[in-house]
Amino acid sequence: MAFGAFATSAPVVESAPRRRSKVALLLLLPGIAYLALFFLVPLVSLVLTSFQAKTPGTDIGVYEYAFKIENYGFVFSTYSEHMLRSLLYAVVATALALLFSYPLAYFIGVTLRKFPLLQALSLTLVIAPFFISFLLRTLAWKQILSDEGPVISTLKALSLLGSDAHFTGTPGAVIFGLAYNFIPFMTLPIYTSLEKLDLRYVEAGSDLYASPVRTFLSVTLPLSAPGVISGTLLTFIPISGDFVNASNAFLGSSETAMVGNVIESQFFTSQNYPIAAALSIILMAAILILVSIYVRKSGTEDLV
Amino acid sequence: MAGGFAEAGADLELVGITKRFPGFTAIEELNLTIPAGSFFALLGPSGCGKTTTLRLVAGLEDPTAGRILIGGKDVTTTKPYQRPVNTVFQSYALFPHMTVLENVAFGLKRRRIADPLGKAHEALRLVELDHVAQRKPAQLSGGQQQRVALARAVVNRPALLLLDEPLGALDLKLRRQMQIELKDIQSDVGLTFLHVTHDQEEAMTMADTVAVMNKGQIEQMGAPEELYELPKTAFVANFLGQSNLFTGTVTNSGKESIIVDVAGTKIEVPRERAQRHAGEVTIGVRPEKLMLHTSAPKPTPGTNVIGPGRVNDVSFSGVSTQYSVTVPKLGNVIVFAQNMVFGPVVNDGAEVWLAWTVDHGFGLLDDPADGPRFEPDTDTKSIAVQRREKLEEELEEA
Ligand SMILES: Nc1ncnc2c1ncn2[C@@H]1O[C@H](COP(=O)(O)OP(=O)(O)OP(=O)(O)O)[C@@H](O)[C@H]1O
Ligand SMILES: [Mg+2]
Repeated sequence: MAFGAFATSAPVVESAPRRRSKVALLLLLPGIAYLALFFLVPLVSLVLTSFQAKTPGTDIGVYEYAFKIENYGFVFSTYSEHMLRSLLYAVVATALALLFSYPLAYFIGVTLRKFPLLQALSLTLVIAPFFISFLLRTLAWKQILSDEGPVISTLKALSLLGSDAHFTGTPGAVIFGLAYNFIPFMTLPIYTSLEKLDLRYVEAGSDLYASPVRTFLSVTLPLSAPGVISGTLLTFIPISGDFVNASNAFLGSSETAMVGNVIESQFFTSQNYPIAAALSIILMAAILILVSIYVRKSGTEDLV
Repeated sequence: MAGGFAEAGADLELVGITKRFPGFTAIEELNLTIPAGSFFALLGPSGCGKTTTLRLVAGLEDPTAGRILIGGKDVTTTKPYQRPVNTVFQSYALFPHMTVLENVAFGLKRRRIADPLGKAHEALRLVELDHVAQRKPAQLSGGQQQRVALARAVVNRPALLLLDEPLGALDLKLRRQMQIELKDIQSDVGLTFLHVTHDQEEAMTMADTVAVMNKGQIEQMGAPEELYELPKTAFVANFLGQSNLFTGTVTNSGKESIIVDVAGTKIEVPRERAQRHAGEVTIGVRPEKLMLHTSAPKPTPGTNVIGPGRVNDVSFSGVSTQYSVTVPKLGNVIVFAQNMVFGPVVNDGAEVWLAWTVDHGFGLLDDPADGPRFEPDTDTKSIAVQRREKLEEELEEA
């Protein structure tokens, strides 16, 4: 009897994990299919395009598969300035967005905790700009910040700016636009981690002789780090590839062109697909390297 | 900021402290003085305002009215981090992103005390947790977390240490051991401890002074023996151990004692042990002071006798046996008898008389017309937790 019991129970124990992994696989299938179809295939196609060479004796925009590694050399020598500018703008704009978003998220997530209605309202206000098209909002800023617009003309009238000063088309305007457009992506993840913050830890900090600043640095900030990290990633990555804010038609000028603008013009104007593809891949690699360094650093770094 | 370790404890004085939350008064006109270097225990039912009192002293809550003085200095408006006070939180509040060692060293580092890690290790050894110094709090058991919380506060050697049920999650053996450690630390340096506990035995054995709190007020305060032997209110009489209480009218108020007529039975109480000397009064006696007799004892001066009654329950609990006796018109009376012989002295259903020395009786301050006041009305804990704690308390008492 006892042996019989063991014999029947053994296969059950063994098969349980296997069955579970089958279920897991089944559930993952749509995700895997999606990734394969919409990420892997385009990526491979992009890599192949980036090595293409012009088909001899044809018009503009006709290319054939080759292994033209010189495309990358050309991109590096011609567009490294745009590359660096993109990353620089992205870093500065992300930092600005963080400086603006953290206090805002803290206010909504912690200070307004006792007033759920106000909290919900403030959150809605953070998201509200999304109801208007990204392009329209940026165009509106162009109007507001233009030389004849209310901001600049007022500053000029107050003699805080010279009569020939202008703002649109400068790096400052582009960075402003980038930071502005991506602030909700920074605020929401930080809000989510601050909203969960257990204030008893903050109390414990102050009980253990830590000043409010010290408590913020040693307790609040590390505990909200997940939100800060995802917020900066959600902001930094799209900003690096942005081609709207920096374009002539919006807040930028030819001096502020970012990689996104170059890719756009290579693709649509010059129809130089291999160069556009190589630029995209270099941008992707640069972001990947920077982000992985950042994630590793912020993961292990002792913020205390 | 308080620099360095405290040389000695500081006294704590609460003057007319009132704390009102929106729509709820948690503390009402609380006056309390705890002398430097004493071990003060605060006992009371759940929700009576113990944690709130500690939070007020730590500065985590602002009083609605009143003043708080630590070591003679008014700290009412001082920020928590500037007070020479540390707290062992009821919820531990260990920093989840720091290791156990970093948690314990936190306060020392903030005050720039030399060798914070060495001292933190020492404190962890004290609570027998040095081997988990590198773990995160989430990787510890509840009792281990509680001991880390204890170490994190004690390591700072503050002039005033606030302990909010610091040993509640520990088993009996470990709890006894930690009690001894705590008492040693306290008496070595002469620190002042304000200790909140649900465990009466813990309060009685450790504290110099015990205060029983009820509904935001101190009901009675004094040395443990005094509180136990001479409770002043029905709440204290029932909260600290058990009591048999009777209500009657004073028929004779003499110089030495008063005589109370309880449903026809005359009971004598020493005058200085009675809070009220006329009218309707409540008197009481502890169950272990009662003696069982199987025949009516001869009335002798200095002894009260009630009965006959009938034993309706006998429960054996090791060192003693608890008898429940129904006395007509007086109600149920509990008797604890030492187990001097094998088996119960009397059996279920037996007819008995109960006697006690007059000197053991006490008279209460409560007006019987007000009714009993010992049901806590509000609570900070979930019902399940309360129920479990109540069960545990009952088990412990048994
Ligand atoms: N922030 C608050 N707002 C409103 N009421 C509160 C607040 N904090 C505590 N209270 C109330 O004050 C009373 C006292 O609470 P407190 O935490 O001091 O109880 P306690 O004696 O520590 O109880 P326990 O033994 O369960 O820990 C409770 O009735 C509680 O509901
Ligand atoms: Mg409490």
